Amino acid sequence: MRTIFFILQKEFLQIFRNKSMLPIIFVVPVVQLLVLAFAANYEIRNLSIDIVDHDGGNWSQQLKGKLLSSGYFQLYAQTGDNAAFEDLETNKADLILTIPPHFERDLVRDGEAKVQLLVNAINGSKAGLAAGYAQSIIGDFNRRIRLDWLALDEDDAPSHFDMSFRYWFNPRLNYKHFMVPGILVVLVTLIGAFLSGMNIVKEKEIGTIEQLNVTPIRKHHFIIGKLLPFWIIALFELAFGLVVGKLVFNLPFEGSIGWVFLFAAVYLVVMLGLGLLISTFTETQQQSMFVTWFFLIICILMSGLFTPIESMPEWAQRITQFNPVAYFVKVMRMVMLKGSGWEDIRMDLGIMVVFAVGLNAVAIWNYRKTV
Amino acid sequence: MQPIVVQHISKSYGKVSALRDVSFTVGPGELFGLIGPDGAGKSTLFRILATLVLADKGQAFVNGKDVVKDYRAIRREVGYMPGRFSLYQDLTVEENLRFFATIFNTTVNANYDMIRDIYEQIAPFKDRPAGKLSGGMKQKLALSCALVHRPSVLFLDEPTTGVDPVSRKEFWEMLQRLRQRGIPILVSTPYMDEATLCDRVALIQNGALMRIDTPTAIVEQFSTKVWAFRASDTWRLIRDLRAYPGVESCFAFGEFLHVVMNADPEKVKQDLITEGHTGVAYQPANAGIEDVFMALMRAQTEIS
Repeated sequence: MRTIFFILQKEFLQIFRNKSMLPIIFVVPVVQLLVLAFAANYEIRNLSIDIVDHDGGNWSQQLKGKLLSSGYFQLYAQTGDNAAFEDLETNKADLILTIPPHFERDLVRDGEAKVQLLVNAINGSKAGLAAGYAQSIIGDFNRRIRLDWLALDEDDAPSHFDMSFRYWFNPRLNYKHFMVPGILVVLVTLIGAFLSGMNIVKEKEIGTIEQLNVTPIRKHHFIIGKLLPFWIIALFELAFGLVVGKLVFNLPFEGSIGWVFLFAAVYLVVMLGLGLLISTFTETQQQSMFVTWFFLIICILMSGLFTPIESMPEWAQRITQFNPVAYFVKVMRMVMLKGSGWEDIRMDLGIMVVFAVGLNAVAIWNYRKTV
Repeated sequence: MQPIVVQHISKSYGKVSALRDVSFTVGPGELFGLIGPDGAGKSTLFRILATLVLADKGQAFVNGKDVVKDYRAIRREVGYMPGRFSLYQDLTVEENLRFFATIFNTTVNANYDMIRDIYEQIAPFKDRPAGKLSGGMKQKLALSCALVHRPSVLFLDEPTTGVDPVSRKEFWEMLQRLRQRGIPILVSTPYMDEATLCDRVALIQNGALMRIDTPTAIVEQFSTKVWAFRASDTWRLIRDLRAYPGVESCFAFGEFLHVVMNADPEKVKQDLITEGHTGVAYQPANAGIEDVFMALMRAQTEIS
C-alpha cells in the first residue's frame, strides 16, 4: 500500500508539472462543450429558398407568406425558372418552390392544384429536413384552404382529425440537452484511454521502467499507481463538465447524479484497461496515441452520439453491443433526461462490469508477459 | 560467498548471440571492470544480473541468490545504473532521490552517509529538473539514486559514457571510495584507460570473454613487442604502415602509432623516409591494455 502511495505521489507531481496537463483538464472540456454543443446542431433554420411564382394571385401570396413566416425559410430570390435553378446549382438556394400558372384558378375550379418543390440534396439530412418542413407547412396550408374555401361552414367540413405531438423527456427538442451528456462521455473517454496508455508507455519510452523494475515495486503496484490518477482526474473532469453544462446549458438532472458517477467509475475502469492493453503492445507514446485513436474513433462514431444506433444496419448494431462508449452515452442520457434509476441501468452496468473485468484481465495478462 | 557469480551464461536475441558461455566471479569488495566495445554484450549481461532478462543457458548468483528464483530478494539488495539515463527528467534532483529512497521503504536521511560524497556535488542543483542537468551531473545523480537504499552490490553499466574527462575522473574517484567501503562493483566501460583503475578486468568481444585478470597481469602477459612510430603526416603514416609487409596491427595512440610487426624498425624507418615521410621517429612502447585488446580482438576475428 505504501508503495502505491509513493507512486501516486510521484504521478501527480509529474502530471501537474506537465505544462499541457492543466489546460487539458480545465480548458479542453469547456471549449469542447461550448464549441461542439453549439456546432453539432441538428435543427436547421434559415434554409434559403427561391420562389418561382407563375401565378401571383392571392393564394400563392398566402402560401409564400406562410412558408417565410415559419422561421425555417428565408427568401433568397423570387425569380424565373432558369435563374432559380442556377441559384440551386451554385448553392445559393437550398430549395425552389415553383407555383404554376393558374394555381388559384385550378384550385378554385378543379379543387386541385400542384406546386413543385426542388431540394438540393448534397447534404442528405439537410435536404430531408427541408423537404419535411416545407411539406408540413404546405400540407397545413392545404387543410386550411379546404376548410375556408370549400366547406364554408365548419359543420359541413369533411371529417378529418388533427394530430398533436408532445416530445417526452426533451419537450422542446433541445438538442443541446441531448448532445452535452454525450460530449461529456467523449471527454471522460479521452482522459481514461488516451492519457493513461500514454502515461505507461512513457516509462518505457524514456527508459525509466528499466530502473523501476530493479526495485521492490511489484507489477500491480505499478499498474494501479499509473492508472489511478487518471481515474480520479476523469471523474473530476466529469463533475467539472456537468457543472459547466448546468451553468451554460441549464442541463436537466432528472435522475440521480449518483448513478452517472457510479456508471462512470466502472466505465473508466474499462477505458483504463484499454489504455493499459494498448500500452503493452506499443513502445512509444506516439504509437500508443495512434492505436488508441483508431479504436476510439470507431467507438465514438458508433456510440450513438451523433447518429442513432437504431438507424444503423443490423450488423453495425450488433457491433455496438461491444462498444462501451455506446453504453455510457445511453445511460448518461437516460439518467439525465429521463430520470432513469437502478432498475433501468443495472443491465448496462452489469455489462460494463463484465467488460471491465474482461479487458483488464487480458491487459494484465499481456502486461505480465511483455515487461 | 562471492557476491557475483556468473556460470556459463548464454543469451541470444533471435539469430544474434549476445552472450556466449560467459563465466566469472567478483569477490567481496572488488571493483570488476567489463571492458569491450559497443555491442559486445555488456548491457545484456547487466540486465541478466539485474533480473531484467532471463538467460538462455547458464546460471548467475548475486549474494548467493539465484537471479531467476530469488529475483525479488536481489532487487532489494542491488544498486543498478542502466546504460541509458533512466531517471525522471521532469522531477527535480531531490524528488528523484526521494522517490527512489521511498520505494525501497527508506529515507534519504537514513542513508545520507552513503551518498554524501556524491550528492554534495549536485546538491546546489537539487531543485533543478533532472533533464536539465549536464551529462556528468546526471550520472552522479543516477549513482546517488542507485546507492540511496544501501545496496550490497553495485551494477554500473557504462556510467561514464558521454561524460566529460573531468567528471569521468571524479566519477572513478567516487567508485574507488565506494570500494573502500567494501561494496563489490561490476562496472562496464568502452574506455580502455578506465580499465587500469579496476582491480580485475574482463575483456569482452562479440559476447565472449577473452581474458580475465588484473590490468597489470594482462599487459605483462602480452608478449609481442610494440613499437611507437611517429611522423609529421600521421594519416599517411597509418596508411603506409598498414600496407607495409610484416605489419600486423597499427593504430593511433595519442601522438604515436602503436605498431605490432615482424620487421626491423630501423629498416621500416628508412623505407618510410624513402617514401617521402619527414620527421620519422620510433621507440619501443610499453604495451597498454588497448594493445592487448586489439591483439586479442584480431586473434578472435581470425578464429571465427
